[in-house]
Amino acid sequence: MVRPDVQTIWGWLDEVPDPEIPVISVVDLGIIRDVAWDGDTLEVAITPTYSGCPATSIINLDVETALRDRGLDNVRLKQQLSPPWTTDWLSAKGAAKLENYGIAPPSPAGGPSKCPRCGSGDVERVSQFGSTPCKAHWRCLSCLEPFDYFKCI
Amino acid sequence: MSAALFETLLRLGDNTLVLGHRVSEWCGKAPVLEEDIALANTALDLIGQTQMWLSYAAEVEGAGRSADDLAMLRDVWDFRNILMVERPNLDFGHTMMRQFLFDAYHRALLSGLAGSGDPRVAEIAAKAVKEATYHLDRSAETVIALGDGTEVSHAKMQTALDLLWPYTGEMFHSDEADAEMVAAGVIPDPEGLRPAWMDTVTATMAEATLTLPDSNFAHKGGRTGKQHTEHLGHMLTQMQWLQRAYPDATW
Ligand SMILES: [Zn+2]
Repeated sequence: MVRPDVQTIWGWLDEVPDPEIPVISVVDLGIIRDVAWDGDTLEVAITPTYSGCPATSIINLDVETALRDRGLDNVRLKQQLSPPWTTDWLSAKGAAKLENYGIAPPSPAGGPSKCPRCGSGDVERVSQFGSTPCKAHWRCLSCLEPFDYFKCI
Repeated sequence: MSAALFETLLRLGDNTLVLGHRVSEWCGKAPVLEEDIALANTALDLIGQTQMWLSYAAEVEGAGRSADDLAMLRDVWDFRNILMVERPNLDFGHTMMRQFLFDAYHRALLSGLAGSGDPRVAEIAAKAVKEATYHLDRSAETVIALGDGTEVSHAKMQTALDLLWPYTGEMFHSDEADAEMVAAGVIPDPEGLRPAWMDTVTATMAEATLTLPDSNFAHKGGRTGKQHTEHLGHMLTQMQWLQRAYPDATW
């Protein structure tokens, strides 16, 4: 079998959606830490977002399925804890897609700079926790819509 | 295997397991939806951390047990969590006060462990301390809001603090296993964590207009396994029920 080059494989993984926020890929999320050939086996290192993220096992399954669908049979997934995942690894493309989707992307200021729906800067936090571990619940005081903020960690 | 390292990993993993289970008991019945979600997410983080600690514990033990076996098939006397985390939730105020007292300790402990000479301990702690930090932000905020709230909420928070205070001393207690791990550079000295914890607690309680009890009495026996409270056994009948009734069940 011809081993596809690593760049091609990164491209394939960039088509695997995050199960909870399907507009971004697992590559956009920054959780794929390494893709490398070890002889005939492809090794993919994945880091969890949050320790208790229930999507972790689904992500592993989706990555493995996507690679098998491309004809790769020898795939080994390994969990890599260090260095711990940070929202700094979210790609610029991913951040733009998040905002488009209605989720305010992480911001170093510790809160969203503007409402992802109407663009108003008049926003307030409702709760530090939102619909998933990685998001907080905010609301816009201009358009009055609630929205998720992808919090920094 | 290193008996002291195994003991240490059980202490870390059992604290997060038992507290994680307690916090998850709020799922579906917290006072408001936001709190329900926040508590469930906190529980998830704690259970996720448990998975990492107990997986490593199982490897160190080398007896063919898995993290799941350790969590679901041990009995009360083999658990090494501090007594405070096995206490029943009581009301929401008591749950959040316990969370705050634990989070302040947990952040100090994990910050120290992130510099551990055992690389596996260090990487788990570096991951978990990020979560402990925002757990602490939230529990401190809630304790302040309720303490410095209405007459009723203030009284409930003071009662919770008075009830929990004698359970805090155990966090800083140590024995031979700790001494061995401190000497090996694996863990920070438990007593050395007290000043940072006390600073956080004093500042938060002042803002919450709550009075720190003037007593050093400490209930002990959880982290050594010598004497758990009756509450842990009751909790395990719920938590371990499925694996006890249907051994090795998977789905
Ligand atoms: Zn808006």
